[in-house]
This record gives sequence, structure tokens and C-alpha cells, in this order.
Amino acid sequence: MKYVDEFRDAQLIRQAAAEIRKLARPDKHFRLMEVCGGHTHAIYRFALADLLPGNIELVHGPGCPVCVLPMGRVDDGLSLASDPKVILTVFGDMMRVPGRTGTPLEHKARGADIRMVYSPLDALKLARENPDREVVFFAIGFETTAPSTALTLRQARALGLRNFSVFCNHVTIIPAIRAILDSPGMRIDAFIGPGHVSTVIGCRPYEFITTRYGKPLVTSGFEPLDVLQSIVMILRQLDSGIARVENQYARVVPWEGNIPALKALAEVFELRPYFEWRGLGFISQSALRLNDEYSEWDAEKRFHVPGVRVTDPKAAQCGEVLKGVLKPHQCKLFGRECTPEKPVGALMVSSEGACAAFHNYAVRTGATTAASTGS
Amino acid sequence: MPASQQIRFADAQIEMAHGAGGKASRRLIEGLIAPLMIGPLANPLGDSAIVDVEGVQLAFTADSFVVRPLRFPGGSIGDLAVNGTVNDLAVSGARPVALLVTLILEAGLSAESLEMELRAIASAALNAGVTVVGGDTKVVEHGKADGMYITTAGIGALDNRFVCSSSLVRPGDKVLLSGSIGDHGITILLARGEIDLDADLQSDTRSILPMVDALAGAAGPGVRWMRDPTRGGVASALNELARDAGVAIALSEETIPVRAQVRGACELLGLEPLHIANEGQFVAVVAADYAEMALAAVRGAPGGHEAALIGEVRETPARTVISCSAYGGTRVVDMLVGDPLPRIC
Repeated sequence: MKYVDEFRDAQLIRQAAAEIRKLARPDKHFRLMEVCGGHTHAIYRFALADLLPGNIELVHGPGCPVCVLPMGRVDDGLSLASDPKVILTVFGDMMRVPGRTGTPLEHKARGADIRMVYSPLDALKLARENPDREVVFFAIGFETTAPSTALTLRQARALGLRNFSVFCNHVTIIPAIRAILDSPGMRIDAFIGPGHVSTVIGCRPYEFITTRYGKPLVTSGFEPLDVLQSIVMILRQLDSGIARVENQYARVVPWEGNIPALKALAEVFELRPYFEWRGLGFISQSALRLNDEYSEWDAEKRFHVPGVRVTDPKAAQCGEVLKGVLKPHQCKLFGRECTPEKPVGALMVSSEGACAAFHNYAVRTGATTAASTGS
Repeated sequence: MPASQQIRFADAQIEMAHGAGGKASRRLIEGLIAPLMIGPLANPLGDSAIVDVEGVQLAFTADSFVVRPLRFPGGSIGDLAVNGTVNDLAVSGARPVALLVTLILEAGLSAESLEMELRAIASAALNAGVTVVGGDTKVVEHGKADGMYITTAGIGALDNRFVCSSSLVRPGDKVLLSGSIGDHGITILLARGEIDLDADLQSDTRSILPMVDALAGAAGPGVRWMRDPTRGGVASALNELARDAGVAIALSEETIPVRAQVRGACELLGLEPLHIANEGQFVAVVAADYAEMALAAVRGAPGGHEAALIGEVRETPARTVISCSAYGGTRVVDMLVGDPLPRIC
């Protein structure tokens, strides 16, 4: 398969791994954070840690949109679906995310009209086909998915479609990276930069990470060879004592980003003053909402949204895992109360969540394995 | 009361995942259905029950079909209804003898559609060499069924050339797969038209009897275990084996036959081909000494040219399926959890 097979070539992968072993000086320990959940998934799915020397530690970052959504927002979204007039449309990843009263899937099984869509345009189509219903799109995601929401809203406006609205939970990646860099005890040496987000925002917004914090960042693709090559590029920077933004994923990511997509975002959205992130708390100017021009299509204005805050179950240590302080299996609930089938924390829900990726793919031995299968 | 007899089902309601063939299905069957209807299980549940009728051993099984849409590239609900039960008998080491066909029809279904499915049933049965001996027909109100549902029940005579049981599986045995995986599931997904994807692909619905027959003839004494990996895919079937037999199954990733169309769709939608349903394949465990003979026999049988040896049974990590890549990475391949839900980015 083109664009896939060449990046999974066993010989090239072994060569890259050998290069990494050569570059990773044994007297040093390297903590590299992969920002994006897609990378976390790829690292476990392709078992890339098996190829790395023991002194390279991969820390899983905050770039899984489902994982960082606080439970209160899930409840808010589900409360919209309790109105029998409403068809709530969600991405597949959201279907098993638990709110206080259950997951969207459970609400659906109890009779709420919740439908899975692959694109916000599918939700728009539903609205056109069901003029007597209110179709709400539960929008989540970073800059990767926000442009498609923006374009859909543009279309809704052009069509004068009044029975369509967006419950907006789009977040932006840069403030989250800054929050991690500013958090006490931060011990990240370099970043594997998000590939998909960068197709939209480009590489320039990361420059402060190198200039102000002196940490290298390499924007990376998602195939095994991409990730390993990015690690090689990072190690070379660390070895020569420089820190700059490099683009390993140049076949997809333009340095300046996707200008029409950025324009669409600017036309439809504005920054929220602050937004709560699961595990990271409130981060200022880190999320998007519809601007005044589009307020008619803003579900938070059209419907009553309770806006409750829900604290995570006390025993769940999602925040520590999200910040890279704990490894997934070090959480008290991992594999016991919290499994991909019955997730307690959101990191266990999305396949891009660190806990689910670890649970699904990592070969465990001894106590952890027994715990995860001993139900 | 032994643990296997106790009800162990804490889910509050039935959800789609309970029918997806993965972990939730297993929990429902083992935790609620089997304890209340069957009682203590001497052996893990197989694809057919073996019934002793006055000294004659018969395989007995049933399967229901609720596929949407009713017709899809490569087949239809009628083909599936026959082949599904025929294949359940085949992998239980039985030759199908007779089928009962139960139809649940929705008011408003066109007579033409019904006739097409009845013709499909007749032709699939003829092809598999099995006789439809009866059945039942019910009609429900419009809106209460998706056109039609079909249940088939079948009996088969045991083929004495081989015996299948997870208890026979030993470290060192080889895993044999009859052909490309995921064709059926991806075909149905695309046929629903909910995703803007097109692929030149069709369902693999077919009788696997010719391939199983060839396997039994060439390597019968070496055959240990066999399943048809329908819902939940090859991953779920092998995970059940790993659990039941207390062994590890190590797959060699690059040997698993997957068509480019299926791989492409799975990459785009974030699905795992090993979790996708098949309707015309089997996966077998064969003693190492018989593996090459078994492979040659299946490859030589009609429809078996894509068969491959895809892995082996090991001692550790026990009760786990792992997949080893050509470049030296090892990952776990779990059972299907939930219904396949695509990633968003």
C-alpha cells in the first residue's frame, strides 16, 4: 500500500533503530514526549519501544482530544440528548466516554437519539433530512478537526439551516504544551511534535519551545519509520546542543500550515478566555467557541446547558498519567476497575489514550498481566 | 456451586457490543446465558454442540442473521444464513446433513426481495450439499425488523478423520489461516454507504467445506482445533483459544493475508483487520509435523489458494495473543472490545 509500506519496511526500521542506539549515549537518560495521541497509539501498536534502548523514555502527552475532555462537558453534551427533539451526533471515539450518568452508547441504548458520524457534514446532512428535529454536533478535537467544523458551520449559514448547531469543545495544542513546560518538576528533554495538528497550524507556532525553553521539537509522521526517524533527529539535536523546530513529516506538513483552514477557523471561532482540561486543570485561551457571527448555531446559546463541573473519580490518576508523571500501569485502577471495556478515566476510552494503547498492545508479564485478566 | 455455574453478569442492559462477538459477547454467554440455560460447562463452548442420539454422535448448531443491508457485494443474507451454519458445523468436525430455516419477515418486505433470498438459500444449500428440511415463518409489523431476519439450525454427522478441542493444543503447534481476512466486515461497512469510501471488494461468504475436507484428508490426525472467525474476527477466535487452552498464540504479522482494500479501509478508519468479521474462512491449529502438509492441502482445495501459516502456539505469555513484526516489535492482539469505533484523528 502506497505511503504505508515504505514506512514499515523492516530493514529500514532496523537501520533507524541501530542509529538511535548509536546516538543515545549510555551515560544519559532521554525523556521524549510525544504530544499527539496518534503517536502514542502508533508507538504501542508498532511496539516501537521494543526497538529503543532502555535510556530512551517516551512520555505520553496531552494530544488525545477525548482524553482531555472533562467529564462535566460529556454530561453537558448528554443533557442535550435528553430533549426528544434533539438528534445528538458524535464522533465514534466519544461513544464510550463515560459521563456521570453513563456513556453516549448507554444513553442511546436507553432511547436517546444519539448517532455516530464520521464528519460534521454528516450531521449537517441529517439536519437537512430531518427539518422537524434539532441536530446538534458534539464537536471535539484539536486544530486537526476544527477546520471541518468551521467549514460545516459556514455551509449551515449559507444554507440558512436553523435546526443545526454545534456543541463546541475544540481545543488548541500550543497552550497545553506551554502548560506542561511550565508545570513544576517538568523533566522533558524534547518533543515529538504532533503531525496532524501541524498540517493545519504548520511548524512556526512551536518556535517558542526552542527559543524560550531550549527544547527541540520534531514534527513527526505516524508510521514506524517516521517516529524512529524523528527520534534520530531529536537525538542529533540534543547531541550537538542545539534546539530547533524540525519537520520530519514534510510530505504532509507545510511549514506555514494550511492557510485556507486557518482562515476558516478565524472566521468562525474565537478563543474562550479559559477552558478546563482533564488532568491539566484550567488553561487560559486554550479552547475555541463560536464567535458572535455564528452564535445562532452555538448549541450552548440555543439550549440550556447545565455547565456542571465534575471531579474525576478520586482513585483515577489520569492527570498524573496525562502529565507523564505516572506510566499507565502505575495507576491504581489500571487493568482492574479501569479497562478499555469499562473505562473509568478517559485515557482508557480512546484508542489514542495512553492507558488504552498500553492496555491493548503492551506485552505485560507477571503482576500486571494477572491483574488485567484476572476478572 | 462451581464458579462456572454462577451468574456473573453485572451489565445493566443489553448493548450492541453484546452482539459484536468480542469481550462483551463472551461475558453475556458465559456469565448469564450458559449458567441459566445450559448449566455447568464440561468444555468451553464450541461452534456446535455434540449430541449423542442413541449411540450416534451428531453436531447440532444454530445461527441468526440480522445483516443490514440484505444484499451486498458478494452475497446476501440468504447466502450467509446457509454458509454460516454450514461453516459452524464444518469447524466442529462435522459434515452438514440437514438445515431448518426460520424466517422473520417485516410487513412491507417486497415479495421480490423474499424470493431472491429464498433462491439464495436454495442455491447455497445445494452448493454445500445440505438439505433444507423445514423451518418456520413469522411476520412482524412494519418497522419492527430490518426487512428480514433469518435463523438457521443445522445438524451434521461427525467426520471421524479429525477431532477438535482446545485441550489438544500444545506449544509448538502451528496456526493455519484459510485466506484473506476482513473482506466481509469491510464490505458490509462500505455497503451501508455511511462512509464515503469505495473499494473493489466483496464478501467472502462461502462454504468452507471443500477446504476443511482437504485438510482432514491430508492432515486429519494433526488437526487440534478449528474455528470460523466471524464476528470479532481472527483476534477474538484466537484469544478464546489462548484463554481456554492456557497458551500463548504468537502471530507473525507479515504472513497474515489481508487485501490492500481491507488494509486501506482499516488504516483510514482506525480498525484492526484481525478484528473484522469473515464469513468464509477458518483458522486451525495443526501439529507442527503436519503443518506443511495441511497448508499444501488447503491451498490445493477450491478457494484455498491464499491460505497461510500465520503463527504458532507458545507457552508464554499464557492466555495472550501476540503479534510479532518483521522488524522485531511484539504487541498484544486483544479480543474485540465494543463495536469497532473509528478514531477521529
